[in-house]
Amino acid sequence: MAGDKVVVLGTYVSMFSMRAQVALNEKGIEYEKKEEDLANKSPLFLEMNPVHKKIPVLIHNGKPVCESLIIVQYIDEVWHDKNPLLPSDPYQRAQARFWADFVDKKVYDCGRRIWATKGEEKEAAKKEFIGIMKTLEGELGNKPYFGGEDFGYVDVALIPFYCWFHAYENFGNFKTETECPKLVEWAKRCMQRESVSKSLADPHKIYEFVVSLKKKLGIE
Amino acid sequence: MPTNDVKLLGAPASQYVNRVQFALNLKSIDYEFIPQNMREKSELLLKSNPVHKNIPVLLHGDKPICDSLVILQYIDEFWFDGPSILPSDPYDRAIARFWAAYIDDKWIPFFKELTTAKDEESKTALVEKILEGVKLFEDVFVKASKGKCFFGGETISFLDIVLGCYLGWLKAWGIQLDVNFLDESKTPALVGWAERFSSDKAIHGIIPETEELFRILQIILSRAADAASK
Repeated sequence: MAGDKVVVLGTYVSMFSMRAQVALNEKGIEYEKKEEDLANKSPLFLEMNPVHKKIPVLIHNGKPVCESLIIVQYIDEVWHDKNPLLPSDPYQRAQARFWADFVDKKVYDCGRRIWATKGEEKEAAKKEFIGIMKTLEGELGNKPYFGGEDFGYVDVALIPFYCWFHAYENFGNFKTETECPKLVEWAKRCMQRESVSKSLADPHKIYEFVVSLKKKLGIE
Repeated sequence: MPTNDVKLLGAPASQYVNRVQFALNLKSIDYEFIPQNMREKSELLLKSNPVHKNIPVLLHGDKPICDSLVILQYIDEFWFDGPSILPSDPYDRAIARFWAAYIDDKWIPFFKELTTAKDEESKTALVEKILEGVKLFEDVFVKASKGKCFFGGETISFLDIVLGCYLGWLKAWGIQLDVNFLDESKTPALVGWAERFSSDKAIHGIIPETEELFRILQIILSRAADAASK
């Protein structure tokens, strides 16, 4: 739609902000990315997400949409004529929503425990993480994307975590490629898409960010 | 697919299962309810929901659909010629989904925390958070309903179902804690909505009686207390 003003309030490191960006890029939508300083939240940010005070927030012509997967669905519905992210069949859509929700409920929390804990807790988190990735790999099967032949909703939900793998692997002392080679193949395939490579952060910068975050939080 | 090939794996007292029942009723879909014993999960449940092993599961023909919010959207999209459950405008849908996520990820979990809260101080803090949520729902309702009967306007919609499923448990918890969660003097619009919602013909009779939920709550609390003392 001509004359649309689209803003994404997010942060460079947030996999959730990246989801919004990937979706907008897939649709070819121009937008402004505003980097939010979470230690010093801007008045705009607090006004746009007063309930959770969390990023990302999509602001479309002045109206805020919060929660990354809700944002992705909104983007898919508003710009429905370009590169649909959700399939058209109701059962396939249900499967896509289920798996995106699975990613949401499992990956972030478990990933965080890998770098934020030590000893037995860290080992347990690492095992759980590999288990989650194997489950996802099973769901992917032999398809090029979770969406089948086409890049879709679940791909958008999961791919931003790929730039965090380097940090998880370093802190957890494992290689996702060894444990889940098909999943890493999938990730590299997604990275061939400009919509994805433009949106994901540099894995080395993510690693440095986690190092400094651990220092700030006093975690060894 | 024949509409009578619809089965729902669930338990009558589960608010998440009740949501699916409301939606099926709103769309006038006949279904078979297959009660599940969650302490001894059936083969059918484990086969249909291997990832979470949880209820509700909708079986449409041989296809399982899991997670109550996913099921609601499936019902709305498959049986698209019935009354709409989700709003038609993308922005309104985003708002409805946002509040559904808040209810499921933040608000209902407060009650789960109450089952294991050890002292009066933590219980009071949780009750405060729950009441803050109710106040938010009042504001959301006033904005969304635009003076009409439901969150969806004239007809029951997604957010009515997502929040309304918890009305029975809200009463049971209210008795347990001696708190009036839906106070007419504080949230009058929501109180009116709760009465209209509960008496709607698609909704009435699904949520078990408060006495029954209260009885189940005692069992839940005593199990939690046993687990804590081990």
